[in-house]
Amino acid sequence: MNWIQQTGRHTLERVAASGRAGLMLFGALFAAPSLKNIPLTIRQLYVVGVQSLAIIIVSGLFIGMVMALQGYTILTDYGAEGSLGPMVALSLLRELGPVVTALLFAGRAGSALTAEIGLMKATEQLSSLEMMAVDPLRRVVAPRFWAGMIAMPMLALIFSAVGILGGHLVGVDWLGVDAGSYWSIMQATVDWDKDVINGVIKSLVFALVVTWIAIFKGYDSIPTSEGISQATTQTVVFSSLAVLGLDFVLTALMFGIE
Amino acid sequence: MNRYKTELMVGVFVLMTIAALLLLALKVANQTVVTNGDTYTLYAKFENIGGLKVRSPVKVGGVTIGRVNAIKLDKDDYSPVVELTIQSEYNEFPETSSASILTSGLLGEQYIGFEPGFTIDGVENLAEGDYIEDTSSALVLEELIGQFLFSRNSEE
Repeated sequence: MNWIQQTGRHTLERVAASGRAGLMLFGALFAAPSLKNIPLTIRQLYVVGVQSLAIIIVSGLFIGMVMALQGYTILTDYGAEGSLGPMVALSLLRELGPVVTALLFAGRAGSALTAEIGLMKATEQLSSLEMMAVDPLRRVVAPRFWAGMIAMPMLALIFSAVGILGGHLVGVDWLGVDAGSYWSIMQATVDWDKDVINGVIKSLVFALVVTWIAIFKGYDSIPTSEGISQATTQTVVFSSLAVLGLDFVLTALMFGIE
Repeated sequence: MNRYKTELMVGVFVLMTIAALLLLALKVANQTVVTNGDTYTLYAKFENIGGLKVRSPVKVGGVTIGRVNAIKLDKDDYSPVVELTIQSEYNEFPETSSASILTSGLLGEQYIGFEPGFTIDGVENLAEGDYIEDTSSALVLEELIGQFLFSRNSEE
């Protein structure tokens, strides 16, 4: 009988947690926006976006370079080096740009958000805010949430652009693919709405999921040092899994049906 | 000072995003070809369009003058009708012009090769909504191989 009761307890806990997460998101989304929050959001945009730029640019560059190198060795067997441009551009814009950005963002910014909010909770800063009649959802959660939502699509676009330039560096400058065919076949293949905009939509969805998980895990963490370390780990694991799973669903919806 | 620096860096971040977006728009997706300037529409009916896709280029002697806008099936005779969007700059093709579906390279993408016809008295220019009469279909490799095998068999 004990295990049935355990199953019931876990289910109730999960349902309660998703309810709390939904309420928190609702609070962050619809907290009456005040002008005072804009500098706070810019500050968070700096923490979440600008400080992630280095890792995004470096990994974008190297992923583009590796793809050009790998693609070249295979495509050159068929005399189709000209297709290197579309290969690099499409895989970056459709998949790697949004997904790798989201994974890096979860590791670089998501974990920091969880730890920061979790520590605020542990040191009772959130309760003090409430005592001073400041809504922590509005003051602490909303700016971080919006900063994440704004920063991630921007980072994904930069990632893709840098990756395409990295592919150009290896493919054209080092391996000798014709620069004209690299760009022109890419232009003929890549569609603005289908590829670029869908990639941006993907990264918006990932931004919502990753920032939501990160903030909620911090906000809902057990306020001990162990609880915060657990919450930080869970943020990275859960958001990575959610991003990869959602990516399949989104790809099937966007590109599965012609 | 600290706040100034933060805002400056966020500004740099935004500018980098705009630069990335411009690179993607102009250099990667090439938004400029069709959206630029006026266009007019022509139709062409083929027997088989092979691997032709929406947004495939329409070329005259290798120069892109327009793109495939839509591909439909004519309900009367079940043959595909291709809608071509041509830049208005090039609007003086005679009615005797022909369109054929060609492939760039062995494995390349398919495009419409447009061949301007001769001009004599009584031949008008193609205008908005006209059908190109003289068309030739895509080469389908399987059909070619089938014909080849068939002719081999009948020889024996």
